[in-house]
Amino acid sequence: MSKTHVTTKVNGDTVEFLADPRASLLDCLRDNLGLTGTKEGCGTGDCGACSVTLDGTLVCSCLVLGVEAEGREIGTIEGMAEDKELHPLQRKFIEHAALQCGFCTPGFLVAAKALLDQNQNPTEEEVRYWLAGNLCRCTGYDKIIRAVMDAAAELRGEAA
Amino acid sequence: MAKDGLTEFRLVGTRPDRPDGLDKVTGRARYGADISAPGMLWAAVVRSPHAHARIVKIDTSKAEALDGVKAVITRADFPEGLTGEAWNLQENTMAGDRALYDGHAVAAVAATSAFVAQDAARLIEVEYEVLPHVIDVDDAIKPDAPVIREGAADATVPEGMPPNVVRYMEFGHGDVEAGFGAADLVMEKTYKTEATHQGYIEPHACMGQMGEDGRGEMWVCTQGHWFIRKMCTDVLGLDPAQLRVTPSEIGGGFGGKTTIFMEPLSLALSKKAGGRPVKVVMTRSEVLRATGPTASASMDVKIGMTKDGQITAGRAEFRMQGGAFPGAPVDFALMCGFAAYKMPAVEHIGYDVLANRPRAAAYRAPGSPMGAFAVESLVDEMCRELGLDPLEVRLKNAVHEGDKASYGPKFGSIGLEEVLQATKAHPNLLAELGPNQGRGMASGYWFNHSGDTSVSLAISEDGTAQVSVGTPDIGGSRASIALMTAETLGIDYEDVRVNVVETGALGVNEPTHGSRATFASGKAAVMAAEQAIGEMCRRAAAKWGIDPEAVEWVDGAAQPAGPNAGKFPPMTIAEIAAKMSSTGGPIAGHHESVPEGVGASFGTHVVDVEVDPETGRTTILRYLVVQDAGRAIHPAYVEGQYQGGAVQGIGWALNEAYIYGEDGRLQNTVFLDYRIPVASDLPMIDTVIVEVPNPGHPYGVRGVGETGITPPLPAIANAIHDAVGVRLRSLPMSPPAVLAALKAKE
Repeated sequence: MSKTHVTTKVNGDTVEFLADPRASLLDCLRDNLGLTGTKEGCGTGDCGACSVTLDGTLVCSCLVLGVEAEGREIGTIEGMAEDKELHPLQRKFIEHAALQCGFCTPGFLVAAKALLDQNQNPTEEEVRYWLAGNLCRCTGYDKIIRAVMDAAAELRGEAA
Repeated sequence: MAKDGLTEFRLVGTRPDRPDGLDKVTGRARYGADISAPGMLWAAVVRSPHAHARIVKIDTSKAEALDGVKAVITRADFPEGLTGEAWNLQENTMAGDRALYDGHAVAAVAATSAFVAQDAARLIEVEYEVLPHVIDVDDAIKPDAPVIREGAADATVPEGMPPNVVRYMEFGHGDVEAGFGAADLVMEKTYKTEATHQGYIEPHACMGQMGEDGRGEMWVCTQGHWFIRKMCTDVLGLDPAQLRVTPSEIGGGFGGKTTIFMEPLSLALSKKAGGRPVKVVMTRSEVLRATGPTASASMDVKIGMTKDGQITAGRAEFRMQGGAFPGAPVDFALMCGFAAYKMPAVEHIGYDVLANRPRAAAYRAPGSPMGAFAVESLVDEMCRELGLDPLEVRLKNAVHEGDKASYGPKFGSIGLEEVLQATKAHPNLLAELGPNQGRGMASGYWFNHSGDTSVSLAISEDGTAQVSVGTPDIGGSRASIALMTAETLGIDYEDVRVNVVETGALGVNEPTHGSRATFASGKAAVMAAEQAIGEMCRRAAAKWGIDPEAVEWVDGAAQPAGPNAGKFPPMTIAEIAAKMSSTGGPIAGHHESVPEGVGASFGTHVVDVEVDPETGRTTILRYLVVQDAGRAIHPAYVEGQYQGGAVQGIGWALNEAYIYGEDGRLQNTVFLDYRIPVASDLPMIDTVIVEVPNPGHPYGVRGVGETGITPPLPAIANAIHDAVGVRLRSLPMSPPAVLAALKAKE
C-alpha cells in the first residue's frame, strides 16, 4: 500500500514522515519518529497509555491515524519538561512514588497536564474522573491522585 | 509501625526519590517494545479460533509468496522429542497436532513491516477439525468430559480418577472427625472463583536474534531473564550459554511475566530469516487470550467452631483448572487457606484439572486469594451465626511463632497478632455506616520466597558504588537495594547506582517473583557490600601496618578498632578507592546463594462498602490494609504494594472474570470488556505498615508484594453481606450477581 507524506509539529519541532494509511498516530510517533515514550497498552482506546495532545486536545494516539496529523500540533511526554526543568507533575510523581512499573506514567502525566492546564483547582473526585480513562495496574491510583493534587497546589502557588 | 526514618538506621526506612524516576517520567525508560535494531523484522502470530481442534493442515505458501515476508514457522520448525516441562513450554508456544485453547499459536511470520507481517498471517490457511471442549472446572473434572490430553497425569493421581485430573494431593494433621464432633457449630459451603488476568499494562514484547550457529541475543520485558534464557533454549533445543538475554524495563508483571509465551518465536523466526532480529509485540487481545491468567477454582470448605469462637477442625477440598497444562496452584491455595488459624485438626484435598483454556501463569500469591475467599468467607458466616466478632475470633485462633502451621511446618517469626491488634486500633473501624452500607474483614497470607540469587558490587575510583542485580525492578527495588547498600557501606544513597544486568553478567538469578527482590537481592547486596568492606579494611590495615582484624568499618571509613590497635585517623571509602590501583587493584564484592531466612507475611484488610439495591452495584467507601513488612526499607513503595495488591483484589472480587461463550471462545478480549478498576471506582487506600523484623534478613525484610491481593475477595463478600444480608459465594460479585442474590432473598 502506498504511503502518505505527512508534515506535522511534534513538541514544537516540525517533522516529516511517510505514513502507511493504516498506521495510527501512535505507530508513527513510535516507529517513524522514534518517540517511544508514548506507550501502547491496548490499541483500542481503553487504557490511556498512548495519551498525547492534538492541537491541545487530549486524545488516545492509538485512535488517531498518522495521516490525520498533517498540519497539526502534537504534544507528547518527551515535550513535557521545558528545557531542563521538569513539569511540577513529573516532579510530584517521583516525590509521591506515584509510579511502580512506570509504563502507564507517560499517559497519566500527559492526561493530568491537560486537566491542570484548564483547571488548577480540581477536587479529588474531578481528578479521579478525569483520569478514569488511564489504567494503572500497580498503584491502586492512591499515590497518583495525591501527586496530581499536590502538583495542582504547587501550580496555584500554595505550599505543599 | 513504619517509623519513616525514626529508626536506628541512617537511610533504611526513608523515602528518597527512586533512581529510575527521572527516566520514567520523561518517557526515556525503554520497555519491551521500545527497542529496534538495523535490519529488524516484525512478527505476527496466527492463533486458533477454536477452544479444541485437530490441526489437519497448514498451508503457508501464499504467505511465503508475499513481498516482504522473510520467514514463516509452524511446529515443524521446532525440535522433536522434548519431554516434561520442556514439552509443555514448547506445546504452549506453538500448537502441535491439536489447538488446545482459543488463542493457541499455530504459525508465525516475520516480515519487513508490522503490516506486511499481519497481512501474511491472514494468508496462512489452517484447516481444523473442531473437537468437543470443556471450560469450567466442575465440568472438566467429570468422568465423561472431553479429554484434553491422555497420559498427562503424574504419579500423584490414583487409578480411576477422571481423565483430566493431572495432579492430586492430600495432606493434613490431627483427627478431623473428632474436631468436628467437639464443635458447637459445623458449617460446610462451596465457593467458586473465576479466572482473572494480571492485567499488566505493558503487553509482552521482545526482540530476538539467532544465527545459524545457535548463538543469539534477546531483549525482552520479563520478571526474570535467566528463566527466559532457559525456557527458550529448552524449547528450541539450544545451549543456554549461547543466548544472552537483556531485560528491558518492565511494565508490570504480577507473576505473568515469569514464563515464556511468544519469546521463542522471535528466535526461531530470526534463525529462519538469516539471523535478522525479529520483534514480537503482543496485542491486548493476544495477552488476554494467549498468556497466562490465573486458575479458576471450585472449593468445598468445612469448619468446626465452638460457641466461643474456637476453631476445632477444618477440611478443604479444592478443584482448580489452570488451562490445558498441569500447574494450577491448588497446592498453594490449600496451604494458605487455613494459614492464619491454629488448626488442631485439618485435612486438605486438591485436584489440578485440565481444561481448554490458556495455560495459567503465576498471579500475585498464586492460589492464596482463592483459598482465602473460601475459608475467610466461611469463618465470617460462622461468626455471624454464632454472634461473634470476626476480629476477636481471628485473634483467638491466630498463629504465633512456634505454632504448627495448618500446612505442616512450624512458623518462624510472624506478625499476625501484631497485624490484628493494629487493625483493631484503626479509626476506620469506628466510622459510622448508613443504610445499605456494610463492613467486612479478612486476613491473608503468603510464604514469600528466596531462590537463586547472584549480585555483584564494585567500588568506583571516587568511592561511590555500583551494584549489579539480576532481578528486574518492577516497583522500586533499585531504590530499596540502593538504600540497604548505602546504609551498609556508610555512604550516601545517591552514591550507589543499582543496575539490572543481563544474563552474561552474573550467575543465575530467579525472577523478581515470590516477593523476593528486596529480600534476596537486597540481602545478597548487603553481603557483597560487607565483602568489599572487608577488603577495604585490609587495604587500610596494610597502609597502617596493623592486623586487618584490628580495623573496623564505621560511617563509611576504616578506623582502628580500639586504643590497642594503634592511633590512625579514619580512612574514608573515597580515600581508599582513590588509591586502589596501587594497593592491590579493583575493590569489589559479590554474593551468590539461595539466601536463607525467608520471612512470611500476614495481612488483614477491612473494607466498607455500599450496595445499591436497585442496580446491585457495590461501591468501596473505605479500604484499610494492615500488613507485616518485617521492615519497610522504602515505606512509600511498601505502601504502593499494599495499595496495588488491594485494588487488584477489588477488581477480582467485584468485576474481573474470563467470560467464555458456548463455543469455548473468550468473549472479553479487550480492556473495555475485561474491565479493571479505574481511578473513579476507588477511594484512597489506607495502609498501616506493621514491622515485626524478619531475623533472617540483615535489615528485617520479609517481602511485601503478594499478601495484599488475598484478603479483598472475602473481605468484600463479607462486607456485602453486612450491608444487604446476601452471601455471595461465587466471584465476581458483579452488579447482576448481587442483584440476583437480592431478588432471590426477597
